[in-house]
Amino acid sequence: MSIDTEIKEDVTIMFAGDSGDGIQLAGTQFTDTAALFGNDISTFPNFPAEIRAPQGTLAGVSGFQLHFGSVEMNTPGDALDVLVVMNAAALKANLKSLKKGGIILANSDGFDPKNLKLAKYPEGVNPLKDGSLDAYRIFEIDVTKHTKSALAGSGLGTKEAERSKNMFVLGFIYWMYHRNMDHSIRFIEEKFKKRPELIEANIKVLKAGYNFGETSEAFNSRYEVKAATMPKGTYRGVMGNQATALGLITAAEKSGLTLFYGSYPITPASDVLHELSKHKNFGVKTFQAEDEIAAICAAIGASFGGSLGVTASSGPGIALKTEAIGLALMLELPLVIINVQRGGPSTGMPTKTEQADLLQAVYGRNGEAPVAVVAASTPSDCFKMVFEACRIAIEHMTPVIFLSDGYIANGAEPWRFPKSNEIENIDVRFAREKNKGDKFMPYLRDEKLVRPWAIPGVPGLEHRIGGIEKEDVTGNISYDPDNHEHMVKTRAAKIEKIADFIPLQQIDNGSADAEVLILGWGGTYGALKNATAELVAEGKSVAHAHLKYMHPFPKNLGDLLRNHKHVLIPELNNGQLIKMIRDKFLIDAKGLNKIQGLPFYTADIKNAVNQLLK
Amino acid sequence: MTPKDLVTDQEVRWCPGCGDYSILKQVQTVIPELGLKRENIVFISGIGCSSRFPYYMETYGMHSIHGRATAIASGLKSVRNDLSVWLVTGDGDSMSIGGNHFIHLLRRNFDVNILLFNNEIYGLTKGQYSPTSHEGQITKSSPYGVIDHAFNPVALCLGADATFVARAMDRDPIQLRDVLKRAHLHKGSSVLEIYQNCNVFNDGAFEIFTEKATKKLTTLFVNQGQPLLFGENNNKGIILDGFHARVVDMEQTSANDLWIHDEKDRIKAGILARMFDDPSSEGAMPRPFGVFYAESRPCYEDLLNNQIAEITSKRGKGNLDDILKGNSVWEIQ
Ligand SMILES: Cc1ncc(C[n+]2csc(CCOP(=O)(O)OP(=O)(O)O)c2C)c(N)n1
Ligand code: SF4
Ligand SMILES: [Mg+2]
Repeated sequence: MSIDTEIKEDVTIMFAGDSGDGIQLAGTQFTDTAALFGNDISTFPNFPAEIRAPQGTLAGVSGFQLHFGSVEMNTPGDALDVLVVMNAAALKANLKSLKKGGIILANSDGFDPKNLKLAKYPEGVNPLKDGSLDAYRIFEIDVTKHTKSALAGSGLGTKEAERSKNMFVLGFIYWMYHRNMDHSIRFIEEKFKKRPELIEANIKVLKAGYNFGETSEAFNSRYEVKAATMPKGTYRGVMGNQATALGLITAAEKSGLTLFYGSYPITPASDVLHELSKHKNFGVKTFQAEDEIAAICAAIGASFGGSLGVTASSGPGIALKTEAIGLALMLELPLVIINVQRGGPSTGMPTKTEQADLLQAVYGRNGEAPVAVVAASTPSDCFKMVFEACRIAIEHMTPVIFLSDGYIANGAEPWRFPKSNEIENIDVRFAREKNKGDKFMPYLRDEKLVRPWAIPGVPGLEHRIGGIEKEDVTGNISYDPDNHEHMVKTRAAKIEKIADFIPLQQIDNGSADAEVLILGWGGTYGALKNATAELVAEGKSVAHAHLKYMHPFPKNLGDLLRNHKHVLIPELNNGQLIKMIRDKFLIDAKGLNKIQGLPFYTADIKNAVNQLLK
Repeated sequence: MTPKDLVTDQEVRWCPGCGDYSILKQVQTVIPELGLKRENIVFISGIGCSSRFPYYMETYGMHSIHGRATAIASGLKSVRNDLSVWLVTGDGDSMSIGGNHFIHLLRRNFDVNILLFNNEIYGLTKGQYSPTSHEGQITKSSPYGVIDHAFNPVALCLGADATFVARAMDRDPIQLRDVLKRAHLHKGSSVLEIYQNCNVFNDGAFEIFTEKATKKLTTLFVNQGQPLLFGENNNKGIILDGFHARVVDMEQTSANDLWIHDEKDRIKAGILARMFDDPSSEGAMPRPFGVFYAESRPCYEDLLNNQIAEITSKRGKGNLDDILKGNSVWEIQ
């Protein structure tokens, strides 16, 4: 039988199964191979909320979505071309995302009566058999049986043998997309270095999957996705949290300061702690504190001692840090607070994404308590923006909040990583001498309104700082009415001045005189960029600007917004940036809000723009 | 350095007669004797009357937020083990709002000195009961008497595996200076509980330990290697009867049978800590003062620095370009 190869521009594929099925691993392996081949990629893992949700149930489904192509990929894809499911629950949970006519690749063993029941299909109903999926192309493979027979005589127990099911699926997909297996073979060799029998078994099963495609007659189509044309250079794959960790280490190296990272575990921020704790040979000091309050206070203590103090959490933990953020801004010490946002309020939806902590970051403290706030737009942008957060914190002696979110934290993309010598240094100026005659004045400010950073150990600069209102210049406790007003205004002016030291806002996509401007921020970048490109291609007058400096705003933002007839502000919240924009610029911006724990789809944005253009 | 060099230009704002004055004076007296450089000393406090302390010390200092001085010091010590770090905290600051950080600092054994000003009341907020207020105590927030069971700070510290625990009084400056020095000399977390009179909201709370008429019978000063003796002319002693401490009359007991104080003995320290009766009750044991327990255990900051040094020597100093590059890269031509 002849097998056709169809050329595709891009493909969205999802691997789904029980959290124990090795789905994330199969997904990342395919991703790495696609990236190495030269495809552009964008991925998004979707974990179940419970770590040990019962096997076979809807709650236990884990997914890994990958969008790869020969053109630029900005999102993990709106709808799936291929859905690989290891059991009935995985199908049920993800079918709605599959395009009509899409491919379902099902492990038939996962559709036995027990699994069907766990997935809550009615008694006697098997969706693979009853014609309900006629709109799709179904391929059934008994992955379990094939895996076991590939390993017959290997001496591995049933349990251990079954664990390599994911390799069979991966091998098969490699065949389907004309990929070679070298990268995954190397990976297996490295991963099981200490257990040669597992190296052999996994490679055997991987190849069995590939050969199954080659020899079985069930499949008559293969696909080819050519390499993408991306800017020249050397690339790696990077996830948002990883990029954040790298950005912090880079900031420490470029400032010559010790990185002190205080944190208490929380989804989805913990991976930053995991990553940093591996890099002790950079002198990185990670401190797993007893709670979030201790984590930030320890970071403040480290900053007082002359280190780069950083703390990270997600919504509930940031709430706990609030009082200490206020202290840091009174002390006017550098401090970086990372919030990897998740669905709220309260415990909310820990494994789902949301952008609902912007107002908390900008306004959420007692008293008049301004701090700088920046936000990352894509996984690799976390590197750049957390570096910026460190730069601003150090050069302006202030706490800076860096906003990431679950979507970019766990998402991955190719990254044309910088060389260390291309990155600018961060200017650290420790006070060495008395600054007013024979006295040292801890709150004597420079032209940026920044006070000196005098760290313990320098004779003659002994001084006291604290959270009580203080007299300007001397730093002594003061309840004087005029001084208080002066200090509140001064602290605000100091933050506003940061606008002189950040880039102007640009139009990221489309033209500066477009009728509609889409103003976004944070992890929605990819979806907004895609939608803009498609709308422009359709002849619509649309542009997209993506904000990264949330407080203070870039100085030209107001003018830039006023150039457009309509301003649309899409956010994964109930309308937060829009409040700030309307308040600051008195512009009649329109909101587009999605609060489902899910990213925007291109179609969501296009519909909203088309409404405005009507 | 002289005590004068440690005085700041700030007016001391405690109420006249407050026990905090005496403690400040003893600290300013002792520190010049410790061979420290002024610029290497840091005082960190939380919030409370006692926590104003750093503003009166001409060293580096931070007056932070309620209960968190311990957490701030943990970060500072992690990056600056060269500094001599002193914490000043109240009974509410350390054991109520800051209880969590307090016990965690002790288990990690950061090398800091904690001066716990225990006045059995919330002074700064004007007289509510604290976690060390005794049952039945009448305060602004307990007009019918406190019903909360009180913490025993020394026992709490021992329970959290503190490596140095001692007790002193504002009104006994000589002994206070003595244990201040010991606290400084101890490498690791030192807790020094200081009974401090708040003459405005809880006056006389420790009178029974300080007044001439009663103190001989209600206080027991422990010294390493010495028998436990107290009373008028040391006419009373303490023996260990199994795990129970018992008061004996020295006219009928040989000094050889007495309990000999051993700071290294955790079990005995526990029994001493539990000598915590209401001092006015019939047959009450005397209240111990001095060093209850001192043990040497590695400090967190040293373990942290050693781990970094070890990994760095094994793997070599980190190279930024290597980690930016990661494990697998590809070229786009
Ligand atoms: C978060 C917070 N809660 C409450 C307070 C109010 N407050 C300040 S000091 C204090 C209690 C102080 O008591 P203690 O620690 O015993 O110190 P003292 O004043 O007795 O020396 C309280 C409740 C505060 N400053 N911050
Ligand atoms: S209220 Fe009590 S503790 Fe506070 S300063 Fe006055 S006497 Fe001292
Ligand atoms: Mg008190």
